Amino acid sequence: MTLHPILAALKKHKAGVTLITLQIALTLAIVCNAVFIIGQRVDRVNRPTGLDEQNLFLIQQAYVGAPSGDDAESVQKLDAMQRSDLETLRGLPDVESVAAISSLPLLQSSWTGGVGLKPDQQHSTEHAAYYFGDDQMLKTLGLQLVAGRNFTASDITNRGFRGVGQPAMIIVTKALGDKLFPKGDALGKTVYLDGQAIPSTIIGIVKRMQIPASGSWGNSFAWNSVLQPIRLNSSYTRTAVRAKPGRLDAAMREAREALFKANPMRVLEDQPNIGVGIMPFSEIRARAYRADIGMAVLMGVICLILLCVTAAGIVGLTSFWVGQRRKQIGIRRALGATRNDILRYFQTENLMIAGVGVLLGAILAVGLNLWMMKQFAMDRMSLLYVLVGVVALLMLGQSAVFAPARRASRVSPVEATRSV
Amino acid sequence: MFAYYLDLALRSLKRHKALTGLMIITIGFGVAASMTTWSVFRAVSGDPIPWKSSKLFVPQIDNWGPAGHGPKDTSNEPPDAMSYTDAVALMRDHRAKYQSAMYQIGAAVTPQRVGQHPITAIGEAVYSEFFPMLDVTFKYGSGWSAADDDHRAQVAVISRHLNEKAFGGGDSVGKTLTIDGHEYRVVGVLDDWHPQPQFYDVVNTGGFSEGSGNIFVPFTTAIANSMNNNGNTNCVETPKEPGFVGLQHSECVWIAFMVQLDDAAAVQQYRQYLDNYAAAQQQAGRFTWPPNNRLRNLMAWLDHEHVVPSDTKISLYVALGLLLVCLVNTAGLLLAKFLRRASEIGVRRALGASRREIYTQFLVESGMVGLAGGVLGLVLTGLGISSVSWVLPRDIAALARLDVSLLVTTLIVAIVATMLAGLYPTMRAAAVQPAWQLKSN
Repeated sequence: MTLHPILAALKKHKAGVTLITLQIALTLAIVCNAVFIIGQRVDRVNRPTGLDEQNLFLIQQAYVGAPSGDDAESVQKLDAMQRSDLETLRGLPDVESVAAISSLPLLQSSWTGGVGLKPDQQHSTEHAAYYFGDDQMLKTLGLQLVAGRNFTASDITNRGFRGVGQPAMIIVTKALGDKLFPKGDALGKTVYLDGQAIPSTIIGIVKRMQIPASGSWGNSFAWNSVLQPIRLNSSYTRTAVRAKPGRLDAAMREAREALFKANPMRVLEDQPNIGVGIMPFSEIRARAYRADIGMAVLMGVICLILLCVTAAGIVGLTSFWVGQRRKQIGIRRALGATRNDILRYFQTENLMIAGVGVLLGAILAVGLNLWMMKQFAMDRMSLLYVLVGVVALLMLGQSAVFAPARRASRVSPVEATRSV
Repeated sequence: MFAYYLDLALRSLKRHKALTGLMIITIGFGVAASMTTWSVFRAVSGDPIPWKSSKLFVPQIDNWGPAGHGPKDTSNEPPDAMSYTDAVALMRDHRAKYQSAMYQIGAAVTPQRVGQHPITAIGEAVYSEFFPMLDVTFKYGSGWSAADDDHRAQVAVISRHLNEKAFGGGDSVGKTLTIDGHEYRVVGVLDDWHPQPQFYDVVNTGGFSEGSGNIFVPFTTAIANSMNNNGNTNCVETPKEPGFVGLQHSECVWIAFMVQLDDAAAVQQYRQYLDNYAAAQQQAGRFTWPPNNRLRNLMAWLDHEHVVPSDTKISLYVALGLLLVCLVNTAGLLLAKFLRRASEIGVRRALGASRREIYTQFLVESGMVGLAGGVLGLVLTGLGISSVSWVLPRDIAALARLDVSLLVTTLIVAIVATMLAGLYPTMRAAAVQPAWQLKSN
């Protein structure tokens, strides 16, 4: 079959053909970028924090009328209050382990700083998030130690939330260790935190631990975590608790009762949006990724509508053309064209229109991605998305055209003899 | 005549029910997606204080110098919050009509009623001029006086929400509230005043946050009572002294600042004042760099701080893209539909209908498709807005509302957009040569 008759017919419907081509192009451009956004969000949501998230919960509370924590004496008072709470929690029947900790991955409350290789370094080598806590952090969070050792109880010191000083030893993530020491020999090395002259030795390396920030702000240092053996004392405390397997709800209930019983002068009423209360890690995760999941769903819905509209548009327009060309089809059939010929004619026609559409759309898709990179600091889209999009839209076009094309192929040769 | 066109349009639309339905559904979905995302965008990007935003400014002072910028950062932008030293100096000099330094506090409030556990209220430590500057509306009482600032009076303004929680509602002016162990006298209860974005302290609230803005106490009192700041603290070097006092003596930035300047001359004078201040700091040896200040108008400031989440913008653009595709689709279908009626047009033209009348007829037909699409779009927009809370962050989703202006906009967008889509097909229809059509039949 030659393409000539198709081209001649298309020329007669320039405007219609242009519109449907344009529509296919726009659909491809938007769908590619939307699916790319979905892919990115899904990747982000699926990355493991490095924690054993099951049976883990967090207690965030504030003491009422507590000492200020500004002088040494009041810091020690605060520390005594905090240690007493830790003891209370450790004594509960459904609790496996308890750790004082300044934040958790995905909690969005970060303390970040710079890690340098030399003392008094003006610009740090790597940006990192700090987790302050005690020797129970690794066990409670379920972090995997891949080299070196954990903090021991005697390594743990305490200081006021706004105290000064740097730890003598730290544990870092493998990601951070490898960035600082590309040879992979970070264990035992000395680093300097926050551009100061006090050395900190890396005594242990954990496999993976995400920073508290999950948004784009933290993208550049998402795995750079530093664990410091320091209980930070302030009137506000965070405590990570691992419940015995399957006893999460019971342990949370026990914790609340026991803490209030030990000292009622505290704020512990659940107000997760202002960082107070007891919540399971699953809720921290859900809150952190709510916007990402929402965005993915929204993009998905829009893609679905787009593809349906475009498919329906192709069906509608082709149906019209079939209706318009009944006489011509009849003549072709009378002159010996088979049903298959007619079917193929419309399918080839659609392939040509869609072909031009997807070519144009591919360029538009890349352009749109470039624009979004500039405007919203989005990543570069892999061309695979465009490629899959092209194939998908061509298939969509072919399946959309099938029904009207088959109707066309059923036009009887008798139509040739009928006048309009 | 219009009724006649309506009748013609209805007949024509009825003739191709499937196609008409397709067009209406297309327009409906396109408009609904756009209007739903628009309602969210409108809510987060709107002017939170339209009658006054042009007079509100945020000063920035560069107290970090080149050390505040990483090796890759070439912006030379001063920090977006202020150090205690600068904030207090600006308050002391008092060069604007109104001004207030402010920082976020998390206050542990002990309710008066027995048996109730203490609660946390998030709010701000501000100066007395905060209230007249931002036209804060009160249900009971008022803000405090400048003398209260000076004397570090233990007074507080609370939100309606906190009033309910702590006192069970009612006029609580004069009652005592125990905050972090200190007794404060309630001087005012806010009316429903919780502007979104929370434009007065963007650096600490990020713009949108549930549960903040519930308590206001004098800045000076909060400092005297060592109420720690609850928001962000950014340091270019670690404070040399410990404690909250160490933070106050450091170059760390954690304080938001806002001034009211009524005219261009006042703005110019304040700019000059900031430069003089920074120059004096340079002379005193505190800054080793020339003055590098900013004085942004409120809306420019919100833009600079990227208060509108980029996801909101992306969703709006993608939804507008969807609308565009829907319109192209409708244009294609209308074109096919109109051109198929070439013979009908030919007859009408031959019987004396002018081009203008053909135009009117077909535009009325597109308009009707638009109207029907708009009505469907309204229903879908309502559905969309009620389900955004499921998709978007809670504090943002809560702002999206279906109101009269959105209803009207939805209908107008649907009708105008469809008529635009119908414009080219109509032009083609009106261009039909009557003689040609009559001959070929």
